[in-house]
Amino acid sequence: MPLTGLEIYKLLPQTNCKECGYPTCLAFAMKLAAKQAELKGCPYVSEESKAKLEAASAPPIRLIQVGGAQHRLEVGSETVLFRHEKTFYHRPGLFLRLRDTEGTEAIKKKAAEADAFQVDYVGISLGLDGFAVEAASGDPSAFAAAIGAVRSASRKPLILIAAAPDLMKAGIAACGGTRPLLHAATADNAAAMADLAREAKAPLVAQADAFDALAELTQKLIAAGVEELVLDPMVHGYRGSLHALTHLRRLALRKNFRPLGYPILTFPGAGGGADEPLLAAEHITKYAGFIVLESFDPATLYPLLVLRQNIYTDPQKPIQVQPGVYEINAPDGKAPVLVTTNFSITYFSVANEVEGSGWPAWLVVADAEGMSVLTAWAAGKFDAERIAKSVKGFGVAEKVGHQRLIIPGQVAVLSGELEEELPGWQIMVGPREAVDIGSFLKAMWPDGK
Amino acid sequence: MTIELHKEKSTGSVRTVTIGATKDQGGTRARTLTLGGETALPFLAFEGAFPNRPALALEIRDRKPDDWSPLLYQAWGEAMQDPADWARAAEAAGADLIYLVLSPTQAGGSQNVAAASRAVVRKVLQATGLPLAVVGPGQADLDNELIVAVAEEAKGERLLIGICEDKNYRTIVAAALANDHLVQSKTPMDVNLSKQLVILIHDMGLPLERIVMDPTTGALGYGIEYGYSVMERLRLAALQGDSMTQQPMLVNPGEEGWKVKESKVGEGVPAAWGDWSRRALNWEALTAATLLHSGADLLVLRHPETLRRLRLVIDDLVAA
Ligand code: B12
Ligand code: SF4
Repeated sequence: MPLTGLEIYKLLPQTNCKECGYPTCLAFAMKLAAKQAELKGCPYVSEESKAKLEAASAPPIRLIQVGGAQHRLEVGSETVLFRHEKTFYHRPGLFLRLRDTEGTEAIKKKAAEADAFQVDYVGISLGLDGFAVEAASGDPSAFAAAIGAVRSASRKPLILIAAAPDLMKAGIAACGGTRPLLHAATADNAAAMADLAREAKAPLVAQADAFDALAELTQKLIAAGVEELVLDPMVHGYRGSLHALTHLRRLALRKNFRPLGYPILTFPGAGGGADEPLLAAEHITKYAGFIVLESFDPATLYPLLVLRQNIYTDPQKPIQVQPGVYEINAPDGKAPVLVTTNFSITYFSVANEVEGSGWPAWLVVADAEGMSVLTAWAAGKFDAERIAKSVKGFGVAEKVGHQRLIIPGQVAVLSGELEEELPGWQIMVGPREAVDIGSFLKAMWPDGK
Repeated sequence: MTIELHKEKSTGSVRTVTIGATKDQGGTRARTLTLGGETALPFLAFEGAFPNRPALALEIRDRKPDDWSPLLYQAWGEAMQDPADWARAAEAAGADLIYLVLSPTQAGGSQNVAAASRAVVRKVLQATGLPLAVVGPGQADLDNELIVAVAEEAKGERLLIGICEDKNYRTIVAAALANDHLVQSKTPMDVNLSKQLVILIHDMGLPLERIVMDPTTGALGYGIEYGYSVMERLRLAALQGDSMTQQPMLVNPGEEGWKVKESKVGEGVPAAWGDWSRRALNWEALTAATLLHSGADLLVLRHPETLRRLRLVIDDLVAA
């Protein structure tokens, strides 16, 4: 929680010497509070005050970085409880759990398959963030071999799951200079795990099933010189998770409670008989930072990745594409011309459909201020005038030898007005849903493919 | 170390609304459904009371729809041929409420008519003891014609009727007033529009205890985040005592979730989308489960498997 100007003032020398460039200490304090000045402007501030002020300006939830041979992931540093208050910044990482008892060949195969998984959502490529490799065998060399197998198949970040320090040590050695997340320090192994984390310069998970024990543990780890921490509050079930993660987020943001101001790691599919996709979805909306999944299934991962994308978009800015004329499947002068809006979801629904249908086409994307067809129409941002302006402005007439324009079925009412705005053009009302564009063109477009 | 947890204190609560009337109450329902009453953000039982758990409705139609996903035809099979069978199947699947949507046309393609809707509603009321919602096809004139008839036909049953929207609510509200029903008040994802329509409906004399608010949602991947945040804002306002936001919230993840390509289509889609049936079911279920956390009191679903999954989620979320 940032300090107010008055609270900062109390920590300043209060001599009004003006060396900072402001007439009084209070004026300087106000500027500091507004983040328009920096503390180093005052040469006389005490070391003690400096420490207090720096601590107060640190983010209430620490930013944690993990890194693989190639990819990197940053989690934490969230500032709000509800996305509408500002935005959620750092998407939680989705990891797949692999156990060293599965055998290196099987691990390698699984990791390769999951690593290759990639799905496009509104032009953004989404995939898994990494792997959580568990030392289930209890054998350091088996653990190292499993990590080696994963690394031969993927360059994504790793989480190492090992309860015994000697296992963890073997695991870290097998990570060869990358930056894994170590899971986990507990009350029993804290000192040894802290040593390992410090040496490896790797972030460390603190695990305990009660908040006070968890806070004591993080304090202990910090005292041992490990600053980059992640919390595993050992949550189970929908209700247990929701209550624990809500409390933790509130403690950090509302009470500025440092010992628990770290990202949270969860295992939605482990034990408890929960429905993994649905509990993982809860963890995405309500405050998890790292989510370790038990199973790899594109039919689950794809919706989870989309949910994560949706919850973490900036509520102030709809995702948009650049207005203009887009060429799909190398269109020529006979190809159909379709018009849509520049809201990303709308554009990609249409573009993907046309592309998939195999039809070459010109897609005119009108500037509708990033709104869907009906939203833009209702807001007056996708009317006959705007559509006509796009068609003229983007020089569509010069690209094709016909004068036929297909509009979305949802704005069929615009066809009359559009014919007036675009003299000579024939307005064709397309289907309501993009899925039906292929069959529509087949039936209605006079010139064929 | 003892840690003092942060608890929010609310000054307001969600209104309690009951759908359906039993024999004693002038209807024929075997049971009623009460929504709302909560005094804290969803499921945070450590700082509030939750007298009524979120409810799950299944959507049925007055006749078999022709544009649903093949997976839904598989799930309901023959039952879709007859609204009474469909209602019984929905009750057997565990629904708390039957959400009957009237079609714009009759089987032959001619426009739907009041007499047909009356007959369907009568049939459905006889087939199930569950409380019932009945909404029109979404075309103002036809909605009014059909819903007024339905309201008369089921006088005293305390149906949830709709859909009231800002351009068309008066006739439906009048029908609810005259025949002792409740209404669904729907606005497009906007806090102020939600409040306004509740005020307009209330101004016509309908008690607030008979209004269910539908703030509208989009499906996962198709605008869910807008609906989610509007619902969170409405619920926060309700708990802070803003009276006209205190209606229980209904949303329709079934309709939205099954409209999108991910659930509708199994062929010609990227391999990375995975198994069609599991993906489609996840699409509806994730949309619905997410909306529970933004404050939904009543979720309208389409697939019985989604209802089964959501029931387990809710059971755990409200467990003592
Ligand atoms: C999300 C949403 C919003 C978001 C905006 C999201 C955005 N960036 O556009 C917010 C909350 C901001 C919003 C605001 C409003 N909204 Co709004 N909103 C929706 C909602 C829920 C989903 C829209 C969506 O994203 N659809 C997904 C996209 C992909 O669909 P689409 O663009 O139509 O594209 C599809 C088809 O049209 C087709 N297609 C697209 N292009 C083309 C081109 C061709 C050639 C063809 C053939 C097909 C085709 O393919 C796509 C996939 O099938 C709808 C209701 C609903 N469930 O549909 C209401 C809805 C569109 N909104 C509506 C309204 C009224 C508004 C507001 C005016 C009201 C208000 N709240 O103040 C404002 C206006 C905005 C403003 N003044 O700033 C109404 C419109 C009613 C009407 N018929 O006029 C709707 C229908 C809700 C309702 N039932 O009342 N809205
Ligand atoms: S330099 Fe420091 S002591 Fe001097 S006026 Fe500025 S804040 Fe006060």
